[in-house]
Amino acid sequence: MTDTCYLTIHEAHELLQKGELSSEELTKAALERVREVEDRVSSFVTVTDELALQQARRADKRIKAGEASPLTGIPAVIKDNMCTRGTKTTCSSKMLESFVPPYNATVVEKLDALGFVMIGKANMDEFAMGSSNENSAFYPTSNPWDRERVPGGSSGGSAVAVACGEAVYALGSDTGGSIRQPAGFCSVVGLKPTYGRVSRYGLVAFASSLDQIGPLTRDVTDAALVLNAIAGHDPRDSTSVDVPVPDYTQCLVPDLKGMRVGVPKEYFVEGMESGVEEVVRRAIDGLAELGAEIDWGVSLPSTASALACYYIIAPSEAMANLARYDGVKYGFSAREADSMWDAMEKTRQHGFGPEVKRRIMLGTYALSAGYYDAYYLKAQKVRTLITREFAEAFGECDALVTPTSPTVPFRIGERVDDPLQMYLADVCTLPINIAGIPGVSVPAGFVDGLPVGMQILGRPFGEETLLRVAYAFEQATEWSRMRPAM
Amino acid sequence: MKFGIEEVQHIALLARLGVSEADLEMFSGQLSDILENFELLQKVDTTGVPPTSHPVALSNVIREDEVTPSLPSEEILANAPREEDGCFRVRAVLE
Repeated sequence: MTDTCYLTIHEAHELLQKGELSSEELTKAALERVREVEDRVSSFVTVTDELALQQARRADKRIKAGEASPLTGIPAVIKDNMCTRGTKTTCSSKMLESFVPPYNATVVEKLDALGFVMIGKANMDEFAMGSSNENSAFYPTSNPWDRERVPGGSSGGSAVAVACGEAVYALGSDTGGSIRQPAGFCSVVGLKPTYGRVSRYGLVAFASSLDQIGPLTRDVTDAALVLNAIAGHDPRDSTSVDVPVPDYTQCLVPDLKGMRVGVPKEYFVEGMESGVEEVVRRAIDGLAELGAEIDWGVSLPSTASALACYYIIAPSEAMANLARYDGVKYGFSAREADSMWDAMEKTRQHGFGPEVKRRIMLGTYALSAGYYDAYYLKAQKVRTLITREFAEAFGECDALVTPTSPTVPFRIGERVDDPLQMYLADVCTLPINIAGIPGVSVPAGFVDGLPVGMQILGRPFGEETLLRVAYAFEQATEWSRMRPAM
Repeated sequence: MKFGIEEVQHIALLARLGVSEADLEMFSGQLSDILENFELLQKVDTTGVPPTSHPVALSNVIREDEVTPSLPSEEILANAPREEDGCFRVRAVLE
């Protein structure tokens, strides 16, 4: 390993601009690092060496011509649920094991236009359903801080690749915490933008009213740079919102004077590990030292209902989205079957893993005749309450802070047989998707060598505020500069 | 809430999901636990609260009806498990 592997986007950009480093060298260093650690962490589904080197040489020409943007020539990994033209997009599922998209997701197109270098596609929980990367149909990903433990999920491969120097940055997707929770578990920065801030076109749909794409990076400045590149309205995603995209790096100032930061008390309750609580409370004290006024009395009373609300809404949307996998148009198709229905049932039986099946069944049940009002409609009403409570809290506070996860990374295998325990791993992150607001996880410290993340939340389209809080905290602490020993 | 083997079979049929005998048992137990946990939703007072289907209050997003190029059919069919004469080949719907 060389230090080159741990450069941030802005550091690498500076070296590229000065001619002290080429994109080809940077990309080769990343690919070498992938070869060095991949058999220990398994964060990739596909490594695109040749494509990356071609793209790097093209980026170098662009840099020499003085046409570089901050992301030009910087090697990145894309979660394997975003369509990449000509490169397999598997969702870590047998169902899409050999699927090669004929088009790019909008985020990939936007990066391409800036001189993108893609070194591969990141491992994930199948169809983004999971909190540990153990639901990958191919192999689980390991946490580089302790390889006996999970990296979180579902963007676990993206988080690990950034944490152990395989890629400078990554894109992930977040439906209930799938960017923030693995970012917290791997000690990197993970940002879920406001719903509608980034186009979902070409993101394989899981739960359409909750899914959002965002960056996983080594520091907050990098998160702002990637958000600058991928945010904005897209006519191909009618749920993307047409509000101007500011330069998110402009809000990064190292103090919090005049800011009011709230701490919702419901996020520090049962099931939280005391070590995690201590780290996060200390981090919040740090925000006060930076000039923020802390309100420890914020209450979001519907938080306790958020898990059930989420696990009705998300599976309901998922069962509809996953109805398209019928073995006819693309993806896995069962060959031996007696009839059309038999073929479809066998395709879905053998193409989907257990967690995907569980969620399809939960959603089918919640939407089925006789249960719709009691489950789906009820959950949608609770969604309104959760959203209102956040809006009220943001009437008083500029930002809210919570732990990203109630625990440190758990052991591989510890929760796989108990889906409800697995769902609880997202208890601090999923209310944010329900409300559609932005959230970021920043490295906040360690408990016995295992990372703890602090989650910072803001108003809809208020990414600048939460990035400012994250940046000030990062600049005042050393946590973002810690690297796993491997 | 007990989610028995028969319920699992019924839901799996609605979802067109083949489930093995061994998995029926597993899903029955797990879905029972999950749905029991969800019972707490019923205790939330939502009198007069409208449902939210979507975090952004958008409706009827429309665009100009302009002709734009589509992907070539060969590229679409490249991922098809079975194709014939430029079409997806499907199994007989009527026996």
